[in-house]
Amino acid sequence: MPKLPAPPVPQALKGPPPRPGDENGKATPLDHAAEAGITVVDWVDERTSLSGAARWLMFRKVPKGTNWFYTLGSATLFAFLSQAVTGVFLAMYYRPDPSGGAYESIRYVTNDVFLGQFVRGMHKWGASVMVILVFLHMGRTFFWGAYKYPRELNWVIGVVLLILTLVMGFTGYLLPFDQRAYWATIVGVNINGTGPLIGPYLSDFLRGGSEFGATTLSRFYAIHMLLVPGAIIALIGAHLYLVTKLGTTAPPWAKAEQPEELREEEI
Amino acid sequence: MADRRLKHKSKYTLDRGIPGAFEGETITRRRFMVGGANAAGAVATGAIVLPALGFAVGPIFKSTPVRWEAVGPESMFSLNNYIPVVLTLNPAIGEAGKTTVYVRKFNAAIDTDPYDKGTPYIAITSRCAHLGCPVRWVDAAERFICPCHGGVYDLLGRPVGGPPVRPLDRFYTRVNTAGDVELGPRFSVNSELRRFSPRDPGEPLDGIGQYLYPSRPGAQKL
Repeated sequence: MPKLPAPPVPQALKGPPPRPGDENGKATPLDHAAEAGITVVDWVDERTSLSGAARWLMFRKVPKGTNWFYTLGSATLFAFLSQAVTGVFLAMYYRPDPSGGAYESIRYVTNDVFLGQFVRGMHKWGASVMVILVFLHMGRTFFWGAYKYPRELNWVIGVVLLILTLVMGFTGYLLPFDQRAYWATIVGVNINGTGPLIGPYLSDFLRGGSEFGATTLSRFYAIHMLLVPGAIIALIGAHLYLVTKLGTTAPPWAKAEQPEELREEEI
Repeated sequence: MADRRLKHKSKYTLDRGIPGAFEGETITRRRFMVGGANAAGAVATGAIVLPALGFAVGPIFKSTPVRWEAVGPESMFSLNNYIPVVLTLNPAIGEAGKTTVYVRKFNAAIDTDPYDKGTPYIAITSRCAHLGCPVRWVDAAERFICPCHGGVYDLLGRPVGGPPVRPLDRFYTRVNTAGDVELGPRFSVNSELRRFSPRDPGEPLDGIGQYLYPSRPGAQKL
């Protein structure tokens, strides 16, 4: 296997590596700390070969004309990570209890917990931001033609991720358990039910019974914080693997450069 | 590939020249081992997946017990106007398990449909047949009106405007020995007010609707 090129760090930034305790003077504690860090990284790398994988992932060739639109995928990923982190902290306070406990726990987070309103706001508004970013990312992929061969499978994975993001939005909407959440969920579940033949059974599965009942809220909570996030993380991994393997597409206005010998003189 | 298969045509391992083959043996020990390991893995996977799936899907097949709840004395209700009463559908979840039901006395002049014969009271749900929002009885207009998407129903709960696909659902009624009106399970009706087992909102019951939106296994009309 050919060796991957070294990361393109500018020469000016490299400088000569200072050797501890030679003509540069006596080794300072900083030198020792740097040496210790390198030793640890080397120890891990010798046993895992992770540096090759990291280089494969991070130092890729990108096409000419790569611009800010190419950051929409990373922005979506960041929105998801933000949702994951704030969600974990909200789960520390949340109680999926339909007879008043859920609403009370949300009220407690919002009004009494230090910075609780902020974290809940991050999660609530971040959800909308994530949906918007997913659609912008999808639009970029569509208008760039980046879904074409050989990237069709990545488009399919992306569509599943879009649906899972919307499922997150739908299941998360019920959790505050106020009037708006309750009625929006009633309407949403009934929209599911209008699908012929399997619709009624899908509704029963979502509610955990024929009516909105005692387990509906905990069911939505489990789907919201265990089932769907696990699927999203796995699919994001597959999505990123394919992006790294196949590379990104050049923008549609970028023209392929002809090799020197094929160029013709203009007359 | 085809040639190879032809060469090993015999089903006996002895004929195929496999070292250590027994007389009359048709499956190699390696294949037997692989098959056995796969079968054991399938059994182990099934032992985890099937109970988990049944646990998640089970509620669909659970039948809800028939509950009758007294909502008020007979003197409370009139022949021509609806009185709202509060009915508990699910006692386990507090306020979220309650619903409003509109009740009036059976009126032979209005309730001419044959399916209503013998019903002492007409009890109409407040759940819109479009997507389940709460409808409100507007006395002046003699209409049920839904605030969400503009569904309008007449005095009998039949849709006269907006998106609803069938009339409002009803509840079975009876009068107990103490003279109180009791409400029982919910049932759905089609445009002729023929009775069906309870369906979710948004599911039409006319024509092939009753087959496209089948009743859930545990639900029965009385």
